[in-house]
Amino acid sequence: MSRNGKIVLVSLIAVVVLALGPLFALRGAEFGGSDNAGSDKVAEITGEEYEPWFTPILEQLIGGELPGEVESLFFCVQTGLGVGVLAYGFGYLVARKKYGGASSEKNTNSEKKP
Amino acid sequence: MTSSEKKILSLSVMVSLAICVPQTAHGMHIMEGYLPPAFCVFWGALCLPFLVAGVIALRKLTQNQRRSLLLLAMTGAFVFVISSLKIPSVTGSCSHMTGTGLGALLFGVPVTSVLGIIVLVFQALLLAHGGLTTLGANTFSMAVAGPLVTVGLYQIGKKLRFPKLLNVFLAAALGDLFTYCVTSLQLAIAYPSAEGGIGASFLEFLTVFAPTQLPLAIIEGILTMLVMMGLQSYAKPELALLQNRKRGLFL
Repeated sequence: MSRNGKIVLVSLIAVVVLALGPLFALRGAEFGGSDNAGSDKVAEITGEEYEPWFTPILEQLIGGELPGEVESLFFCVQTGLGVGVLAYGFGYLVARKKYGGASSEKNTNSEKKP
Repeated sequence: MTSSEKKILSLSVMVSLAICVPQTAHGMHIMEGYLPPAFCVFWGALCLPFLVAGVIALRKLTQNQRRSLLLLAMTGAFVFVISSLKIPSVTGSCSHMTGTGLGALLFGVPVTSVLGIIVLVFQALLLAHGGLTTLGANTFSMAVAGPLVTVGLYQIGKKLRFPKLLNVFLAAALGDLFTYCVTSLQLAIAYPSAEGGIGASFLEFLTVFAPTQLPLAIIEGILTMLVMMGLQSYAKPELALLQNRKRGLFL
């Protein structure tokens, strides 16, 4: 395997271990958001429950908190959009290198300098 | 930079200074409504010059370097993906990364600040994550302060002749970590603790965010490094183009 291939493999394994490790290490933990942990801390320091002076617009519109399933939908939309563009980009670049040959290199030189 | 662009940029700097400087007395995302209004305005004003410079830089990119637009879209997409992945951490809570390191390294801090604010608006409007009132503060921590550290460290690493990939990894990881230090500081200034003041409060918030964020910073460093590897093998012409363009410090 090439040097780059090894780096990629080791990196990906490290990412999976780092990301999923805590799930197994801390069985039964709640895994709430750390933003919420932040607001708990605010309450602890100021000594009283902080009343946010502005609530999210969407929550005002639908009159309550966003349902968990819908929230995960929005998160998926965000991830999906991102992955789509990234995949398109890399797909384009890889294919260009594979099939474009020398012609793509030539184009660079004709590019206008700013 | 044309003269009208210069005017707009210096105007934004002046507005920023005018709003920020007089308030010396008072001083991963901060939740909606959790910062007093004065601080919301303060952090927002601090971001303004970066955003204006970013829009100017983006206009230039679209005019002169259309080839780099694909990379720009991919960089934005990277921020989108990375900041939507909530990852469990050893402290028993979830947090997510920023993904702005890649943008900072490729396009500079101003452009990254524009990419960052787009993602933050998306999350604030649809996900009730972060918020419109705290948009300025969150933009500053995630899309200005973090990227500044990333670019700075990368330049230092380059001087010290670090291997390129290691350098990218370190710069992106520490930039991500710094984002959360800034978030802690922002919360601490808004909520100084009764006994120790801002310093004690800062440490308190840091202990909430740091252990959660450390592994995530490493993941972000790795992912940024992987994308950079991919780009180096397949997008050489574009990378060369971006490196050749005239750039000021951090721009």
